[in-house]
Amino acid sequence: MLDFALKVSVALLSVAIVLNLYRVAVGPSLPDRILALDTMYVNSIALIVLFGLWLGHRTYFEAALLIAMLGFVSTVAVCKYLLRGDIIE
Amino acid sequence: MIALYTLMEGVIAFFLIAGSIFALIGSLGLARMKDFYMRLHGPSKISTLGVGCVLLASIAYFSLLESGPSLQELLITIFLFITAPVSAHLLSKSALHQKLERDPRTRGNPEELQEDDDERTLEEAPQGNSKLP
Repeated sequence: MLDFALKVSVALLSVAIVLNLYRVAVGPSLPDRILALDTMYVNSIALIVLFGLWLGHRTYFEAALLIAMLGFVSTVAVCKYLLRGDIIE
Repeated sequence: MIALYTLMEGVIAFFLIAGSIFALIGSLGLARMKDFYMRLHGPSKISTLGVGCVLLASIAYFSLLESGPSLQELLITIFLFITAPVSAHLLSKSALHQKLERDPRTRGNPEELQEDDDERTLEEAPQGNSKLP
């Protein structure tokens, strides 16, 4: 049962990431693209956690934590650049 | 003991399926909705919930595997639940700053998007008696 659930959820998350890629490519404005990249890193955290579940050991936990922190910092940096025209004033 | 394992397997499978369906619905909202202010809702609420469900499943699985509570994944969950509203707030502020197009069905009339009423034509411009030197 767990094997089947893992396969189904990997498939669903892959479809979600493809939808985010569509919004990155099409998105008419810059905040749309930033939002799509933000969603994409959140979904990729879930995908990495699923990969760790599949292999049965937790080496990939640190990778997920790193992606979470760096993704947030980069989103804030790009938003700050759009708002103020500069990142560190 | 076998009954416990079967029960926990069902719980983990439920959380995995529920989390990935939530993440898919959030991304579907991102891809399908009309303007940016609608699109912001899906990822900032629902995708975070989906990742939270997947991480709960991971906590349950490793607690069962190592026969003891393992709460490291809770760190990612708490971090995501703190940072998602902050990044959504910053994104909406930058969208208001850029004055993005709105769908007519998007409600609300924020100060940043109102038309400037005090644009004067040349005839209406105040003449003489200026306080400025």
